[in-house]
Amino acid sequence: MRLLVCISKTPDTTSKIRFDADSKNFIEEGVQFILNPYDEWYSLVRAIEIRESIGGQVDVIHVGNTSSDILIRKALAIGADAAFRIEDEASNSTSVAYQIAEFVKSHPYDIVFVGKETIDHNGSEVGSKLAAFLNLPFVSFCNHLEITNNIAVCSMEIDGGNEIIELNIPFVLSAAKGLAEQRIPNMKGIIDAKKKPLNVIAKVNVENHSELVRFETPAAKSGVRMIDPDKLDEMVDIFKNELKII
Amino acid sequence: MVLVLLEHKDGEIKKSSKEAASFAADLAMSTGEKAVGLIAGGATNSNELGALGIEEIFEFEAADYLDSQQWTQVIEQAYQKLQPTFIVLSNNSLGKSIGGRIAVRLNKGLISNVIQFKSEESKPIFRKSVYSGKAFAWYAFQSNEGIISVMPHGYGVFPNKNKQVTASKIDISIPSGNVKLKERNLLKGKTPLTEADIVVSAGRGLKDPSNWKMIEELADLLNAATACSRPVADAGWRPHYEHVGQTGIAIRPNVYIAIGISGAIQHLAGVNNSKNIVVINKDPEAPFFKAADYGICGDLFEIIPKLNEALRRAK
Repeated sequence: MRLLVCISKTPDTTSKIRFDADSKNFIEEGVQFILNPYDEWYSLVRAIEIRESIGGQVDVIHVGNTSSDILIRKALAIGADAAFRIEDEASNSTSVAYQIAEFVKSHPYDIVFVGKETIDHNGSEVGSKLAAFLNLPFVSFCNHLEITNNIAVCSMEIDGGNEIIELNIPFVLSAAKGLAEQRIPNMKGIIDAKKKPLNVIAKVNVENHSELVRFETPAAKSGVRMIDPDKLDEMVDIFKNELKII
Repeated sequence: MVLVLLEHKDGEIKKSSKEAASFAADLAMSTGEKAVGLIAGGATNSNELGALGIEEIFEFEAADYLDSQQWTQVIEQAYQKLQPTFIVLSNNSLGKSIGGRIAVRLNKGLISNVIQFKSEESKPIFRKSVYSGKAFAWYAFQSNEGIISVMPHGYGVFPNKNKQVTASKIDISIPSGNVKLKERNLLKGKTPLTEADIVVSAGRGLKDPSNWKMIEELADLLNAATACSRPVADAGWRPHYEHVGQTGIAIRPNVYIAIGISGAIQHLAGVNNSKNIVVINKDPEAPFFKAADYGICGDLFEIIPKLNEALRRAK
């Protein structure tokens, strides 16, 4: 089975979020970048598990510049077989999805994995756009995946529950918590990763239909109002008269 | 024309769709257009939709389950017939699975997870939450048209308009699907966490799953949904679908009450868009107090039963 895992880089959750003077650009200085957790912990690991159980090849693909190579090597150390990097800034979801789709059209895969969202833009857009460019079914927010004889049975998170669906390969899937358990690369994996291929691909341009006007940081909270634990009637009064929930 | 997709469950329009309808009506008003709804047949409630500001409804016939490609076909055909400027969806689980696909198929922009819009330099710009609630971004379409998905609980439902609704059928032919639904499991009798107005959430401070009784009692008294932090879900004390935070569900209720949760940044990422945050923790240094509107510092095992008692008295 041929499996492709799309991996993106995001600022670590604990990073300070700052923007430049015209509020158009995120300040990367001093920020620690990581592999997007949904891509690394769930997509990649489930793809590796499938290869381990039924055989095949797991490739990873990333849109970014050479500064991402260290993160791509980490994905190889966790267990991917080969990596592809499209030499372009990951500037918007249309461009990322289009460029990956162009790659997949010339290198067909049975399942293309994305994370359910990146933890920076939280857009959840690349997966459905990629599926559209490839004209393939899309399994969103997948938290369980089994494959037998090229037929997949998946559980998808929906509002207030889940749906169990069945479909044939090929398809695009976005990974949610529950799909797999995080794996930490071991020493052998890290050494092997250095020898695995990391191919660089030229970028392809595509028109984007929306543009960032500016970023904004939220106004600081005015401060917490503390309530005496011995005077809980005050909390009840707040529920009733300020928050109006009882 | 601003077209909004309305989903219903057993004939009741979903709350997330009512919110999208309110957004669509307000957007239409600001651009001098008309808000119209697209709904699967049989679920039109004219009074309700008129109050939300919808002027015209188009009903299509469809099976109970449509996959993301079939849903996209519905929107695509409605677009061809009606030629709306903007298409509004909820950014709920359906919106997330079809928003990008619709944008690609119609060759238009998508601005997702929107919480607000305003007019700037005579065109609408849209505000969305980014960086897990730590920042916002304003986006605009290159042209004056596109697809907008509205964050659940991000905008609000405003049934204060008084439009006359006309309903008509729209002919949409839905191709056969590629996905077979085998099972749909919904939590019975419970409000989905993403739709709940009030959420009572607890963490490791509870020490043992058997202590959740008082949390459930508080939730019942407030008519709230229950949630939990990651360590608690990982330990199997509470079901995974209750886990809110970075890797769990992101929510934006009116009131979020956090009990025995320290407020690690990964947890805050899923809840810091809540409109009001109440934190109950015994550690005065717990980072959650910095993100809170109201705080009670003390032993939760004493506070919660007393609070429940006070709530019962107040009812």
